[in-house]
Amino acid sequence: MTKARDLANFLGDNTSLGTINDAYDAGTLVPSSTNPSLIINGDMRISQRQTSSTTSGFVLDRFFVGSQGGTRTRSQEAITSGAPYDLGFRNCLKFTNTVAGGNNTTDYVESYYKIESQDVATSGWNYTSPSSYITVSFWVRSSVAGTYTFWTRCEDANANTYAFTYTLAANTWTKVTHSIPGHSNLVFNNDNGAGLRMQWIPFYGSGHTSSSATINAWSTGSSLPDQSTAWNTTTGATFELTGVKLEEGSEATDFQHTSYAEELAKCQRYYETGRSSSTGYGAAGTGFFGCMVDYKAEKRATATLTQSSQSYFAVDGNAIYLGSVGLSYTLNDTNGFYHCAVHDNVNCKYVFTYTADAEL
Amino acid sequence: MENNINITSAQYLANKDGSNYSVKATIDGQEMSVPLDPANRHYAEILKQVEAGTLTIADAE
Repeated sequence: MTKARDLANFLGDNTSLGTINDAYDAGTLVPSSTNPSLIINGDMRISQRQTSSTTSGFVLDRFFVGSQGGTRTRSQEAITSGAPYDLGFRNCLKFTNTVAGGNNTTDYVESYYKIESQDVATSGWNYTSPSSYITVSFWVRSSVAGTYTFWTRCEDANANTYAFTYTLAANTWTKVTHSIPGHSNLVFNNDNGAGLRMQWIPFYGSGHTSSSATINAWSTGSSLPDQSTAWNTTTGATFELTGVKLEEGSEATDFQHTSYAEELAKCQRYYETGRSSSTGYGAAGTGFFGCMVDYKAEKRATATLTQSSQSYFAVDGNAIYLGSVGLSYTLNDTNGFYHCAVHDNVNCKYVFTYTADAEL
Repeated sequence: MENNINITSAQYLANKDGSNYSVKATIDGQEMSVPLDPANRHYAEILKQVEAGTLTIADAE
């Protein structure tokens, strides 16, 4: 809802500005608002790397998925009906227990998201005050009924963790909201390092949890409560997540939907893929040829580079070097990198795709 | 849990003046060029594993 819509809804026959002012003063006209979210790709639309995997890493942008034991498939799935669908969500992150775990002590299944510290520091959350809050909200569904854990950690003072639990009925989309207070121990540096780590946990074995864990409060001790083993031991069990939002304040406001292009551009601060080519001429065997690749978005930090899908002509050893001109200086920074090849013929031509990874 | 980054090899890449400019590493089965930036998660993990004695970075050729 927008303020314009609030007014349109209210106006009807009330066309006097005085009437509107009176209504605001009396609290009968309450403007709705949607706070910005600190989460990128909370609606799980962007998956630049892959859409399914059984190994730990990134499937959806920004949401790391990891596990130990069994075979756990992580995928980007379409939402085709239900409450999240009605609210405009079309994708979710889905865990499937393809082969159930066998060790209820060491096994784990998780997804985590790290927010840059500077984004927390400048969010407006007075994080050292117990009376100031951030609020997390998300839609979640599991095929196994039970109590699940959300866990977060302050990465700049990483002994400080906070967890809460929520209960799900089987196969039922549920919106979870929870407000987290500040604490005098919290530190968020105004830099590009990891600030707040948020974690969704389909299962943690008893070796990672405690029967005396502290929940609903910041703690420097254990904050991961024991969980039922049902999800871990049920072959085919699923756990789905979408609509993740974290906002300053003590109340959850509506998810702010953005365009695909807008969300992709935000994700590209942390990861991007692209294509480049070059042609060189000169003496065989000694010359370096290449060109500059400018990123689509400035990276959080200098990126790890990979190359693939190459096609080349007369590139010595078919080797393309990323991040250097091969002479006496390096050129790989948050805005792009230089790539080059040593040619072994008069002409040297190549085309390749690259990935640049600056994730937290 | 902490990141599961599986690094099976690491070697410095050097400019012609001998200065290292990155680490060529095989991470989760894929060859990558990792910048010498502690804010990069792969380089941070390489440093962590070197300190733990579980990984050695070979000199540049």
